[in-house]
Amino acid sequence: MTRSSVQLAGVSKQFGPTRVLGGVDLRIEPGEFIVFVGPSGCGKSTLLRLIAGLEEPTAGRIHISGRDVTHTHPSKRGVAMVFQSYALYPHMSVAENMAFGLKIQKSPKDEIDARVRRAAGILQLEALLDRKPRALSGGQRQRVAIGRAIVREPDVFLFDEPLSNLDASLRGQMRVEIARLHAQLGTTMIYVTHDQVEAMTLASRIVVLNGGRIEQTGTPLELYHRPANLFVAGFLGSPGMNFLPAQLMSHHSQAVTVGVRPEHVALCTSEDGLPAEVALVERLGGEALAHLRIGGHAVVAKLAGDIALAARDTVRLQIDARHCHFFDGQGNAMTAPA
Amino acid sequence: MIYGSRMSGLLYLSPYLLGLAVFTLFPFVASLLLSFSDYRLQDPVSAAQIIGFENYQAMLHDRTFGKSLLVTLVYVFLTVPLKLAFALFIAFVLNFRLRGIGAFRTAYYLPSILGGSVAIAVVWRYVFAGDGLLNQAFVLMGAAPINWLGEPAYAMGSIVLLRLWQFGSAMVIFLAGLQGIPTDLYEAARLDGASAWQVFRRITLPLLTPVIFFNFIMQVIQAFQEFNGPYVITGGGPLKSTYLLPLMIYEEAFKYFEVGYASALSWALFVLVALFTALAFRSSKYWVFYAQERGEGDKS
Repeated sequence: MTRSSVQLAGVSKQFGPTRVLGGVDLRIEPGEFIVFVGPSGCGKSTLLRLIAGLEEPTAGRIHISGRDVTHTHPSKRGVAMVFQSYALYPHMSVAENMAFGLKIQKSPKDEIDARVRRAAGILQLEALLDRKPRALSGGQRQRVAIGRAIVREPDVFLFDEPLSNLDASLRGQMRVEIARLHAQLGTTMIYVTHDQVEAMTLASRIVVLNGGRIEQTGTPLELYHRPANLFVAGFLGSPGMNFLPAQLMSHHSQAVTVGVRPEHVALCTSEDGLPAEVALVERLGGEALAHLRIGGHAVVAKLAGDIALAARDTVRLQIDARHCHFFDGQGNAMTAPA
Repeated sequence: MIYGSRMSGLLYLSPYLLGLAVFTLFPFVASLLLSFSDYRLQDPVSAAQIIGFENYQAMLHDRTFGKSLLVTLVYVFLTVPLKLAFALFIAFVLNFRLRGIGAFRTAYYLPSILGGSVAIAVVWRYVFAGDGLLNQAFVLMGAAPINWLGEPAYAMGSIVLLRLWQFGSAMVIFLAGLQGIPTDLYEAARLDGASAWQVFRRITLPLLTPVIFFNFIMQVIQAFQEFNGPYVITGGGPLKSTYLLPLMIYEEAFKYFEVGYASALSWALFVLVALFTALAFRSSKYWVFYAQERGEGDKS
């Protein structure tokens, strides 16, 4: 398997009158684990399908390893895709599912066997090779779907919400497996999800999409700590960032939005603290989420799990200015005001 | 309360049950009993004698029955595969997402509603007659007219064609089957590099086998029961070349009044159909593929 770059230049997609993607530019470096994340309908799956060749772009070019593949057949792009539904051929055994692509390409039988065995070894599927998909659990089916992709030894792996059909614990497990796989194979991977935990934990770089446009690209921590706009700030992080309207006195009373993450809202005893009323306390064990009201605005604070707090208590809050994000009237991040 | 609801349930079912009793169960039992008798239509039933297996033994020596059986088997072996292949082909074409595809689907289904009727058989007879539409077209093109209904081979061809024309119901079922195959599988196959033919052969066809199996059984049963076509178009001729078993049963009962013998023939036909169906079910485990175990949902 080689490590390949993927480059998108002005890629647009329109379905009839509906514009799904508008002029997307993106360069993915060889060996990167890129996660496309965004709300439903943001165009992330369409972007993946364009790279796979399952859709043709309305405009723009797609390059893989420097080769223009915009109009190349999906099977000739050096990509393998793992579908949300797994898309396993139900009438074929696990081994046949994994071997299908190689058989179609008339690879020698020995090579097919060797590749299937190797992939099965990586994913611990050896004992399941003769089973039909209907005799597998959801997690096993997902592993077979990944195995089928590995067997093809692609330059780029494409994952379309691969874990969304699994229950929470299995999802966590598979997330670790996919991360391990990336470390082991080193192949370029592009992964679509709407789950920000998957995005944060798996990605070497996250691409946040909204309304068919890229909102921001960066490492998970860059996006978390330096969101480019209100959308990214609000989308990443759970619970989401608190937003409060404010005026910047140093900037001629400019109206701005101040953003602060729940973990940066602290209680204080000082009289200078912002007065707030506790509406509800959610206790999660290790931490507690306090839903507070400051004036007419809701704010969530992430506090110690055993904090003595109850609904209708009045508290004082301290927000460290160093952790505040400021957004202008258009919602774009401002450099921290002095 | 339970008793009451059971009664009202039966009451709702009663029109159907009554119809089933009068028009299916009674003839079913009566024909079995009559097949062991020498009952003739013009005599009172009380005059009929029980004659054991004589009717069935007579069948073995009846050359007309032999001929009719052979013709029926030829008809079934010709029409069932041809009709299934034709219906699948049309369903495949109508499965493409095209503008106005709904209108095409309706248009292609129409012959099935009309196709089995006597009226269409009459039209068919006109098309294939010596001076019929087809021959007129032949003459116009300068070709010699063909005796469609007078030559045994052509006559069989004509009634086979009439049956093929009624492909609609099988087509609709195939269409539903085709639409039940997830598009993801086709996309996965495209990424795997499969050609259109390979996708059809390796993905579509295997996943369609339950539907093919169902259609096969239905078509076999219907083909064995075909009556209207040969009755109206060829009358079973020429030289009994289209003398299908249902036609023979009809003529034995209502032309020669040999109801006992006709009943025995009916039962022979019933056993034949049952045999073919049983064979099909037996073979199904080798070629019919079910994506899910019985009762298993699409849980993952």
